[in-house]
Amino acid sequence: MLDKYSRLDKVVKVYGRQPGQLIRILHQAQEIFGYLPPEVQAYLAARLNIPLAEIAGVVSFYSLFNSEPKGKYTISVCLGTACYVKGSQEIFQAFKNEMDLDDDDTTPDRLFTLRSTRCMGACGLAPVVAINDDIYGQVKAGDVAGILSRYQAKELADDHEYQRPVEHPATAPPPH
Amino acid sequence: MITSTSDLLNIRQQHLPLIEARLGREEAAGEHQILVCAGTGCSSSGSHGLREELKKQVEAHQLQEKVKIIKTGCFGFCKLGPIAVVYPEGIFYCRVRKEDAAALVKGLASSQVITRLLYRDPATGHLPRRMEEIHFFQAQHRIALRNCGLINPEDINEYIARDGYQALAEALTRRPEEIIAAISASGLRGRGGAGFPTGRKWELTAAAPSRPRYVVCNADEGDPGAFMDRSILEGDPHSVLEGMAIAGYAIGAKQGYVYVRAEYPIAVDRLERAIRQACRAGLLGDNILGTGFSFNIEIRLGAGAFVCGEETALLRSIEGRRGEPRPRPPYPAQAGLWGKPTVVNNVETLANVPVIIRKGAEWYASFGTKGSKGTKVFSLAGSINNTGLIEVPMGTTLREIIFGIGGGIPGGKKFKAVQTGGPSGGCLPEEMLDTPVDYEALTEAGSIMGSGGLIVMDESDCMVDIARFYLEFSQDESCGRCTPCRVGTKRLLEILKRITSGEGSMGDLKLLEDLSHDVKEASLCGLGQTAPNPILSTLRYFRHEYEAHVRDKYCPAGVCRNLTQRPVLH
Repeated sequence: MLDKYSRLDKVVKVYGRQPGQLIRILHQAQEIFGYLPPEVQAYLAARLNIPLAEIAGVVSFYSLFNSEPKGKYTISVCLGTACYVKGSQEIFQAFKNEMDLDDDDTTPDRLFTLRSTRCMGACGLAPVVAINDDIYGQVKAGDVAGILSRYQAKELADDHEYQRPVEHPATAPPPH
Repeated sequence: MITSTSDLLNIRQQHLPLIEARLGREEAAGEHQILVCAGTGCSSSGSHGLREELKKQVEAHQLQEKVKIIKTGCFGFCKLGPIAVVYPEGIFYCRVRKEDAAALVKGLASSQVITRLLYRDPATGHLPRRMEEIHFFQAQHRIALRNCGLINPEDINEYIARDGYQALAEALTRRPEEIIAAISASGLRGRGGAGFPTGRKWELTAAAPSRPRYVVCNADEGDPGAFMDRSILEGDPHSVLEGMAIAGYAIGAKQGYVYVRAEYPIAVDRLERAIRQACRAGLLGDNILGTGFSFNIEIRLGAGAFVCGEETALLRSIEGRRGEPRPRPPYPAQAGLWGKPTVVNNVETLANVPVIIRKGAEWYASFGTKGSKGTKVFSLAGSINNTGLIEVPMGTTLREIIFGIGGGIPGGKKFKAVQTGGPSGGCLPEEMLDTPVDYEALTEAGSIMGSGGLIVMDESDCMVDIARFYLEFSQDESCGRCTPCRVGTKRLLEILKRITSGEGSMGDLKLLEDLSHDVKEASLCGLGQTAPNPILSTLRYFRHEYEAHVRDKYCPAGVCRNLTQRPVLH
C-alpha cells in the first residue's frame, strides 16, 4: 500500500503535462483519498501549477466531486423520470428513515453515504438503486432494510481486514 | 496488425462462420453458442453469475469444444433480463437464473427446448421460440443497434466479421468531400435531439481555415429516461469509433475525443478496451491501413453535470474547466475545442455513419419521412409493459411504438401522456398518439424529438407534478451562468410548488406561461431555452389538471398530498 500522496504523484506524472486532464486527475485523486479535501486541492494546485481557485471552482462545479468525506458505500437512489413515476421518492424516503440521514449525508460510522442521483440509464429496471457499482433494479420500499443489512453483515465479516477511515484521513502533504 | 484492406477481409473470413451461425445462415457442425446479455440492465439482474455458472456447467459436461459462452451487449428487452440466446437454433430465453444453467447446457445435446424459460406473449399466451417470432423484435429495423446483442463487444474480430471497419477502409480510398457529400445525401440528422444535418456540420468544419481540427463524440447522455447511447457504447463500441475515424478523415482531423458520463462505468470500460484493440490492430493510430491517414481517440470523463451535454459546455469540460456554456456563434465548427474547428456528434449519429458509407446514402434515405431520414433508437420507460430499447424507421407513429411494440400500459390502467425529449421536451396526450416520430412533427405537436427517451404516463400520474419534477431537475442542473435560467427556473419551480401544495391562484397560470416564454427567449444555452417546455406542453394539453389544482384544490391523480379531498359539487 503506497502512501496516498506518492500514488497521487504518479497520477500527476502521467497526466500532469497533458492539457485538459484536470478532471481526470481529480477523479483519480478522489479514488485515492475517497474525497477531495482542501489540502489535496492545494497540493494539486502546487504540483500542476494551476491556481487553487480554479481547482476549487472545478471541484465545486461537478456533482461527482466531494470535498467532504464519504462513507465506504455510497447509496445512490435514482430520481430520474422513469424511476420517479414508479415511486422512487418512497424508496429514497425509506433509506432516509432507515438510516436517519438526509440527502448527501454520511452515517457517523462512515459506512454509508446517501444521495439522490440523476438518471443512471437503467430505466428498464426502474426504480433503481446503486450501491457503489452494484445496481439493484425494481426495488420496493420494503426491500430497503434487507439491502442495508446485507452490507452491514458484510462489514462485520470484513471488519478485521478493513480499517475504517479516521477523522482526518488526509495526512499532512509532503513539502513541495 | 492489419495493414491493408485484404488483411481486414482475411480476419472477416476467419471469424465469419461464428457470426453466420448466429444469423442462421450456416450449419454449425454440432456446435452451440450461448449468447448472454452483459448490458447494464441484465448485469444488474444477475447475468454475470449466470455466465459463470454456464461456463462451469460446460466444463462439468466436458463440452468446451462444442459450446461457447459469449457475452453480448443489450438485446433491448431489458424487462425480461437476464436474456440468453442459444444458437444455431436461435432460441430466445428470458429471465434466466443461475439455477437454470444446468438444464440449459444439458438440453443442448438433445436439442431440448426449456419451455418455462421462453417468452410468453401476454396477448395470445403463445410461446415464440425465436427472437424473430416476437413482435417486439419483428416491428423494429435495427441500423444503429445492428450489432447490439449479436456480437461480443469486447472482441474486435467479431465486429470485423460483421463488416466492421470496412466502411473506414472504403472511405480512405475516396476523397474527403465525397464522404461529406454521401453523409449529406443520406439525410442523417443529429440524433442528440436537435436534428442539425450531420453532413452540413462536417462541411462547415472542413471549410474552417484553421488547424488542427477535432472530432468529439458526445456521450454525456443526461436526459432522464434515455439510455440508447449507453447501450450502443456497451453493445457495439467499435461502431462509434469507426464513425469517428470516418468523420476525422472527412474533416481533416487527427484527434478525436469521446466525452462519457462517469456514471456509465461499463460503457467506459468497453470503450477503453475497444480503443486499445483498434490501436493494436492498426485501425486507429498512425498510418491506418497504409493510407497515410492517422487518427487517435481519447476518452474524457464527465463528472456529473447535466449541462455538459450542451456542446459548448462539453468542450469546456474536455479542456478540464467548469462546464459552463458560452454564446453561439461562433459554433464549434468554427471555434470549438481549444478554439479550433470541432465536429461534435452524438453516439447514435456516429453509429449510423459506417452503415451509410457501406450501403450508400440512397439506401439510408429510403427509410423515414421527407424531412427525417433513417431510423431512430428510442428507450421505452415508465408505465409501459415492454420497457427497453427499440429502433424504428422515422415516421412510425407514437401509437405503434407504445401500444404495438411497447405492449401498452400494465395493470389495465389508462394511458395519459407520453413524455418525449426529457427535460427539454414535452408531454403529449392520447389525441396526439398518431403523430409520426420525425423532428418537425414532434416540434409542431409541442414536444421535441430529443435524444429518444419516451416515458409513458398513466392515469395515476399528475401532470402538474411531472412539470414540477422536470423544473426541479432543470433548476438543480442550471449552471448559474445566465440570470434568466438561474433565477427564472427557480421562480417557475416556486409557482409550481405553490400550485401542487394547493396555494396557487388562477393568476399563477398566466404568470407561469409568461415567465416560461421569457426564460425560453432570454437564456444563454439550450438548457434554459428548453427548460420551460414541460410546463408549456402540460399547460397546453392538461390545463384542466392545473385548474383543478388551483380552483378546486384537488389533484385528480391523487399524487399531490394536500389535495386528495374530492371537491363537493354544487
